[in-house]
Amino acid sequence: MLLTALQKGKTAIISKVNESEFKEKLLEMGCVPGTEIRILLKAPLGDPIAFDIDGYCLSMRKKEADSIEVDLIF
Amino acid sequence: MENRTVKVAISGNPNCGKSSIFNRLTGLNQKVTNIPGTTIEAKSGKLVVDGVSVEIIDTPGTYSLQPKSKDEELALEIFHPEYKEKPDVILYIADSANIKRHLFFFSQLADLHIPMILVLNMIDVATFKGMEFDIDRMEKELGIRVLSANARNGDGVDEIKKALIQPQFKPHYSFGTDTLSNHEERYSSIKRLLEKVLTRKSSRELITSKIDPLVTHPVWGYLIFLIVLLLVFQSVFKLAEWPMTQIENAFDWIGNYLMTVLSPGWGRSLLINGIVAGLSGVIVFIPQIAILFFFMAILEDTGYMARVSFIMDKILRGFGLNGKSVVPLLSGAACAIPAIMATRNIENWKDRMITILVTPLMSCSARLPVYTLLISMAVPNTYFFGFVSMKAVALLIMYIIGTVASLLAALVFKFILEQRSVNFFIMELPIYHPPRWKNVWMIVLHKSRSFVYEAGKIIIIVSIVLWFLASFGPGINKPWYQPQTTENLEQSYAGHFGKAIEPVIEPVGFNWKIGIALLTSFAAREVFVGTMSTIYSVDDEENLGHIRDKMMSETRPETGKPVYTLAVIFSLMIFYAFAMQCMSTLAVVYKETGSWKWPAIQFVYMTVLAWLSSFCVFHILS
Repeated sequence: MLLTALQKGKTAIISKVNESEFKEKLLEMGCVPGTEIRILLKAPLGDPIAFDIDGYCLSMRKKEADSIEVDLIF
Repeated sequence: MENRTVKVAISGNPNCGKSSIFNRLTGLNQKVTNIPGTTIEAKSGKLVVDGVSVEIIDTPGTYSLQPKSKDEELALEIFHPEYKEKPDVILYIADSANIKRHLFFFSQLADLHIPMILVLNMIDVATFKGMEFDIDRMEKELGIRVLSANARNGDGVDEIKKALIQPQFKPHYSFGTDTLSNHEERYSSIKRLLEKVLTRKSSRELITSKIDPLVTHPVWGYLIFLIVLLLVFQSVFKLAEWPMTQIENAFDWIGNYLMTVLSPGWGRSLLINGIVAGLSGVIVFIPQIAILFFFMAILEDTGYMARVSFIMDKILRGFGLNGKSVVPLLSGAACAIPAIMATRNIENWKDRMITILVTPLMSCSARLPVYTLLISMAVPNTYFFGFVSMKAVALLIMYIIGTVASLLAALVFKFILEQRSVNFFIMELPIYHPPRWKNVWMIVLHKSRSFVYEAGKIIIIVSIVLWFLASFGPGINKPWYQPQTTENLEQSYAGHFGKAIEPVIEPVGFNWKIGIALLTSFAAREVFVGTMSTIYSVDDEENLGHIRDKMMSETRPETGKPVYTLAVIFSLMIFYAFAMQCMSTLAVVYKETGSWKWPAIQFVYMTVLAWLSSFCVFHILS
């Protein structure tokens, strides 16, 4: 599923980062496959979104979050 | 004493506490200099450890060796393969509470085969989060010195100092990849390393997770931001009032003193009306700029500003800006010069350009004296509900006009400029912490200094040129033996200029006298007030009331009606709100964009906007 479909409070694992002009930036910031990710905050109007990635808080726009695929962990 | 110098480059991600370590190491013994062999400015400092001198360069925080912003580009210059004066050692500062991501850039630098020292900073936060490092093991794995530190209270700083002068080692850990771009492999090798050296016990929740839902709340978030803004600006004006008056008085005293001790001549006139007046015009703004940046630095250092960018991004995006434009735009309310320098961390080329182009429309402090004078001429001294001053409301409206104009101008540029770089908004929200006062003071110092250097040089040169234009002219006979008179000014080059542009400014209601002031305002907008008092031969420049009365009593020779009607005054206020009357800003835009094209565009669009708006205001009101 796409990262933007993740519900608040649920934790997922990044499975794939799709090709885009900002893929390199996402990877640099630690959004690499296998990393745990969880929604922390949504800005008013639902965009941008802030995620907990391996213990730190990274915010990105919906557009960027849409390029990340995740698997839910139960 | 050993006769050697160790060259150190401090590196690390943003928010790693790099500046704190730098400040702890060098104390006040630091300055902004060019990185040797380049025109890039960086903070550098010196210290002596056991007789060995150490030179430290602080680089802006960077996430990787592939730069995404102007800031990062500058930071990476010293690691460029062709850069000659390579540092002897890289002091890499990492936030130990977020060690994995902070080791990513470390792993890229480790491949450059330069000796390194790794500092695990903010060790207290890591400990709080239940993280424990096996530092000896880490040193063995990496093959370099690893030190833990807490820059906030200075723990570990002495050890860092000692390590700097000891023999240095190159990292020998293999991060398993030769190419820069293999991010996944890098991260998995970092993970493998951390499995050996890091143990996690139960983790506790940080205070950050409790504050964030409130400050990013759809209602409370914006309300808190608004209150913070009001408090900041209120304090800036209140606190700056007293020092600004003192500075003005001091310069008046100096001027008067020089007047009495020096014999009349062009030298005295140049000194008093050119140089002292120019200096005064620079220094009088320092209190406001320093106080505003004091508050901005606190808001940034605590981590709150990143949340403001987070909640403002969607709104600003609509105008062709982004969340990171908040800091430059707000700084623009003090002075456009440091504000434009603050755009360097905006990654997107187009967003950064638009921010640079529209920031000078924000009401800067140099416009304040102009507004104050003009408002006192046009707005009665009455109060709404007995306590809301109408003059204050008028001033507030001028601020709102500036803000709205900059947003609308941004919207226009959004459709004109093309997208030249990768467009994204990926930003870390650092954890909250109390302000690190030393950092805050350093920021205030650097920003004020950049204002004095960048603006000061130009303001003084321009005021000397303007002194010449106002003192000399085809019809003037020894102008400098008198204090400047209205007649002399009319005969001077500046007077001729005013008359020459009269046909252009007549349609917006200005006469040639205002034309002179428009010219002299290029040094700094507030020079308008001084020029007006010269034109109207007011001896007592201190007393705004005198200038106001003289201006108000002037009549048009043809009709006998007053020159300064409400229409003219408001037209003039709108002109000052929009016109690009600041040489220093143009110079900084040139420096930041590397081309004269952008300052030229900025000058033309703002002047046209000012003229058209004044034209409308003048004709609607008259």
